[in-house]
Amino acid sequence: MSAAFKPHETFRDDFTFRNSPEAIRRFPLPFPEDDYMYSVNIEPHLPGPPGSVTEFAFDVDEHYIAECREREIVLAAEPLRFQALPHMMSAQWDCLELIMESLARDYPGHFSLSRRGNQWHWINRPLDIEQRFTFGDAATLPRQPLDYVARQAQGDFVLMDQRDGDLWTEAGMVTTQADWSLDFDMGMTFKEWHGPVPLAHELQVFDRALKFLLNLRLGKPVRRLNWTMTVNPRLDTSPENYPAWGKDRASVTAQNAGDRVHLRVELQGLWRLPRSNAVVFGIRCYLLSMRELATVPKWARRVHRVLKNLHPALVDYKGLARYRDAVVEWLAPFDDGTPTTSGCAPE
Amino acid sequence: MTDAEIIAVEVIGIEQVTPLIKHFTLAPLAGGSLPAFSGGSHIIVVMRGASRVHRNPYSLLSAPHELGSYEIGVRRMEESRGGSHFMHDAVRLGSRLEIAHPVNLFGLDKIARKHVLIAGGIGITPFLAHLEDLNYGTVPYELHYSVRSPEHAAFIERLRRRAGDRLRVYHDSEAQAIDVEALLMMQPLGTHVYVCGPAGMIKHVIATAKSAGWPDSHIHWEQFSAPPVGEAFDAFLARSNVTVHVPPDRSLLESIEAAGVEVPYLCRGGVCGFCRTRVVEVDGELIHNDHFLSDADRSQGRSIMPCVSRARCRSLVLDL
Repeated sequence: MSAAFKPHETFRDDFTFRNSPEAIRRFPLPFPEDDYMYSVNIEPHLPGPPGSVTEFAFDVDEHYIAECREREIVLAAEPLRFQALPHMMSAQWDCLELIMESLARDYPGHFSLSRRGNQWHWINRPLDIEQRFTFGDAATLPRQPLDYVARQAQGDFVLMDQRDGDLWTEAGMVTTQADWSLDFDMGMTFKEWHGPVPLAHELQVFDRALKFLLNLRLGKPVRRLNWTMTVNPRLDTSPENYPAWGKDRASVTAQNAGDRVHLRVELQGLWRLPRSNAVVFGIRCYLLSMRELATVPKWARRVHRVLKNLHPALVDYKGLARYRDAVVEWLAPFDDGTPTTSGCAPE
Repeated sequence: MTDAEIIAVEVIGIEQVTPLIKHFTLAPLAGGSLPAFSGGSHIIVVMRGASRVHRNPYSLLSAPHELGSYEIGVRRMEESRGGSHFMHDAVRLGSRLEIAHPVNLFGLDKIARKHVLIAGGIGITPFLAHLEDLNYGTVPYELHYSVRSPEHAAFIERLRRRAGDRLRVYHDSEAQAIDVEALLMMQPLGTHVYVCGPAGMIKHVIATAKSAGWPDSHIHWEQFSAPPVGEAFDAFLARSNVTVHVPPDRSLLESIEAAGVEVPYLCRGGVCGFCRTRVVEVDGELIHNDHFLSDADRSQGRSIMPCVSRARCRSLVLDL
C-alpha cells in the first residue's frame, strides 16, 4: 500500500486513529459467511492481490509510523513487553533477517538492506533509521535483535522453540495484543498458552493446529485470521493495563457504538525459521470502527448477523458481553435482510 | 512437499571416503546461496534414473552457516532398491540432481545442559552439522562414534578437527564397543542423548536410557528406513479412482506418485508422519515399517505410511 503515512494519529488518550477509504476497502474482514465458529482456518501465506493486506509477507500501511510510535510509548512504560530467553538468540537473528529481507524486498522505497557476508547495512526511511551491524553479533546492535527489528514493524511477534513434540513461547515483542500477556505466557507450551480459549480444546483445534505447526516448513509460511472487538481504537489492550481500558466497555451505548466500537482483526502469520528451527508467530492487528465498517453495505449486514448469533461462550471470551447488544442495535438499520454474497470481498 | 518445490543442484564434489560411503557436494544450479538450515536437517534428493525416479532422504553434514553448497554422505546399501546405487554408480561430477528444502526432525534440544551424541556408521552425518552449532555454544557435549574398522571411519579428520577430545571412536574390528549402560548411568541431570545409526543400536540406546530412568523427552533418535522390499500388491485409490500396482522393489508412495497422484511428504523414511494416509478397507494385512504410528494406530488398521509400509493383501483401498 503506497498511501501516505499518518504519523500523528494516536491509539490512546484522544484516539485520533482513523482509516482512509482505501484502508477500509482493504480491511481483512474475517467472516466469509453470516455466522461464525472456530475452525483450523490455516492457509498458505501466499501473496494476495495487489493492494491487499496479504500482498506481501509483512503489510506496511498508512498507520506504520504511528504504530511504531505507539510501541515505543508502551515499551518505555513496560520494558517487559519484550522478553527473550537466552537460548532464543539464534531465533531472534532469524526473525530479524526475515523481517528486514521482506521489508526491503517488498517496499524498496521505504527500506533497504545490503549484506556483505555478515556485515549488514539497514536503512528505514519512514523512521529515519540507519544501522550498520554484524549479523550474529548482538553487541553491534543497540538492542537485542528481535527488540530492534520489532520496533520497526507493525504487529506483535512471538518466537516459539520446537522441542519435545511441542512449541514453547520463549521470546516475543507484544504491545498490540487482545488481552493476553507475554510476561504471563513466557515458557508455556502451545496448549498451555491457548488454555483460556473456550470450545476450541473440545473441538481438538489445538491438537490439529500443533501437529500442523510442528511440520511447518521452511519457505512455506501460513496464515489465519482471528478477531475480537475493542472499545476505542486502542492497540494496547493488555491485562496489565486493564484498569485503563476495561472500563471503556461500560461506556458503549446504541448511540455511540458506531464510533466507539471497533472490529479488531488479527492477521496471524507463521514462519519456520532456518538456523534455529524455531517458529515465529506474527500477530498483526487491524482496527475498523463500526461507522467505517458501515460504509461497506455487505459488511454491515454480515457483521450484524454474526454478532447477533454469536455463541454465548465466544461473546464472553471475547469480552463483548457488556456491549454486544448495543452494537447489534447500532448495526440493525444497515441490515434490511438482503442476502450477502459469500466470501469477504466488499461486494 | 511435492516435486514442484524442488531446487536444481549440480554435483561439484565427489569423494569416496570409505569403501562404502561417498561424500557429495551439491551447489545450486542457479548460483547464489541455498536456504539456511539448522543442524540435524535432511534433504530429499530426487534422482531421475532411466527407468524410475528415486527420492531418498539424506542428512546435511555441511556447516549450517556455509550455504554456497550442501554436503551429504551416501552409504551404498547392500539391499538397495536403487537409490544409493544410483548415487554411487550413476552420479558424476557435473551431474544434475534435484533436492527439496531442508527439514529438521533431529534438532538439538536448546535447553539441554549437556548433549551425548551416539553415532553408528553413516549415522554420523547429522552430527557433523550439529558440531558446527555446538562449537559456537557453551553447552558441553561428547560424541561417541562406532564403526566397523578404521577404514570405515568416515569423515574422521573433520570430526577430529571439530570435536577434538570430545570425540571417541570405537572399532568393531578391535572388539571396541560403546558401553551405553555405563555412559548413560553417569550423566548429569539435564543431559540429552541423541542416537543415529543401525536399527539395533538405536533400540539398544533407547532401551538402556529408559531402564536407567531417562525421560522420553531427553532421548532423541533418527533413523530413515529405506522402504523395504516385499511382495507385490495392488492398491485402489478411492478418490482418484485408479488402481496402482506396487512391485516388490518399489514403495507404495512411489507407486502412487508414478500413477500421477500426489501425496504430501517430508521425510520419506517413516519418521515424520506427513504422508499418513487413511485406509478405507483392507482384505489382508498391513505391514507397518514406519516409526510414527502408535501401537493403537496399528491395531486399528485405519492408517498407513505409504513411504515405507506395504500390505500383504487381496485388496487395499486408500482414501486418496
